[in-house]
Amino acid sequence: MNEITKDLLREISDWDGEFKGAYNIRENGQCAGRVSSRNIKIESKKDKPGLEIFIAAGTKGETVSIPACVTHGNVDDLVYNDFFVGEDSDVVIVAGCGIHTETGEPARHNGIHRFFLGKGSHVKYLEKHIGKGHGTGLRSIDPVTEAELEEDSVLEMDTAQIGGVDRTTRLTSAKLGKGAKLYIRERILTEKAQTAKTDFKVEMNGRDSGVDLISRSVARDDSHQEYHSVIIGNAPCTGHSECDAIISENGKVDAAPELHARDNDAALIHEAAIGKIAGEQILKLRTLGLTEEEAEATIIDGFLS
Amino acid sequence: MIELLRLENISWNTPDGSGILHDLSLTVPDGKLIVITGPNGGGKTTLAKIIAGIYKQNSGRLFLDDRDITDLDITERAKLGISFAFQQPVRFKGITVRKLIELAAGEKLPLDRICSYMSKVGLCAEEYIDREVNSTLSGGEIKRIEIATVLARHSALTVFDEPEAGIDLWSFASLIKTFEEIRNTLNGSIVIISHQERILRIADEIAVVADGTIKAKGRPDDMMKLLAENNSVTGKCFRQEEMF
Repeated sequence: MNEITKDLLREISDWDGEFKGAYNIRENGQCAGRVSSRNIKIESKKDKPGLEIFIAAGTKGETVSIPACVTHGNVDDLVYNDFFVGEDSDVVIVAGCGIHTETGEPARHNGIHRFFLGKGSHVKYLEKHIGKGHGTGLRSIDPVTEAELEEDSVLEMDTAQIGGVDRTTRLTSAKLGKGAKLYIRERILTEKAQTAKTDFKVEMNGRDSGVDLISRSVARDDSHQEYHSVIIGNAPCTGHSECDAIISENGKVDAAPELHARDNDAALIHEAAIGKIAGEQILKLRTLGLTEEEAEATIIDGFLS
Repeated sequence: MIELLRLENISWNTPDGSGILHDLSLTVPDGKLIVITGPNGGGKTTLAKIIAGIYKQNSGRLFLDDRDITDLDITERAKLGISFAFQQPVRFKGITVRKLIELAAGEKLPLDRICSYMSKVGLCAEEYIDREVNSTLSGGEIKRIEIATVLARHSALTVFDEPEAGIDLWSFASLIKTFEEIRNTLNGSIVIISHQERILRIADEIAVVADGTIKAKGRPDDMMKLLAENNSVTGKCFRQEEMF
């Protein structure tokens, strides 16, 4: 494992020299370390690059980390990771990605993650993406996340991409069974000429299923973001999506939320707000002694926290 | 009497040229509570914002502790010891009550310090510190948090712009108690813009601002009589407690 990987790991997965629990470190498309635990088995896929992660039924309080790092240009890493989460388990999955390039050659990571949540299971999924290095090569991260939630399972997704990634296309889709709940918290900051697209599709197929999707984004400089969400209620269910964006300088944000009620007892809500930082917010923080620049940074930090 | 704040011949016009304040002069003594009252549209909030540096006067000068602060901006005045509590507190998505109070104090604070500020405004810190200062807070809650943020600054001068505005009757009753307590433990000078008789009664001095200038100024007993008797001076500028 090289030093750049170690730096990236510290940022994306709070690595402090070791992981607690099962882990697999992916470095430039290769495995740089793997440990399974008694309840969490990590195996290589046989037909294509990637992992199969088996979490035994009833596993409680364990964490599995599968960070991926690209440490130089001219790498196009594609990986398929499948998570099979046993019934009544309660685990944390940490899946960050860091891209570093010092050259003009592009570096890309494309992680395709599938989650199969067994009945009554609870997963907290943490995903942090960053781009580093001084190279002009484009840093791209294009995650695809697909989830199937069985009866009464809960998936909490907490994803953050705070700067440094030049291009990203995020595709997230989920199918929810009876009583299943999906919570998504997404934060994206783009600057310079970066672009980010995020696309959600959630189908609520079981009675009393629910989704709460909150996306917060900041588009600075000449960056451009696109948000698109489709929430489909095929059963008595509740859906809420919220897309809030701050734009500054020449930043641009397009938001296109869609709600589709296909059942008489589907209750779906969407809220969206795009705008620059409210002048009153800056004034308030300046009356507390902050400069205008400090006030803006504080507001953005809080918004994306 | 040592004066903390001195305003000399302040005038302010709206961008379209309408005069709001005309040659207004006022002094705020050190360690005293001054309530500024007067009819709506008379220039009270404008005056408060000029003190904080949010508005820039067209002419006139301001002195804080004998230092000329006329050309200082909002941040510089805040650092010198002027605090301002907004009439309509600002909401922030993602900034917690704890963070806002720590920003006001200028440092990280232990829980017991945050508790002391929150309990002064009648809120239980543990219930609120991790909540965001967003639209889930009621008008009364955010008003009290606004007051807690300015208390955390321990400023030489704190300006409250109509603290009673936008809150319900029950919150108002506890707000008055809060101001009575602040009054009794006064540290620094306070200027409150208010229409409320009960706030006027705890003042060391009341100044009436109408038509963009100081119409009258004096001790509460004298001023309450004047206000009650002479609506032509004040334009029915204060609301008596009985109205509630």
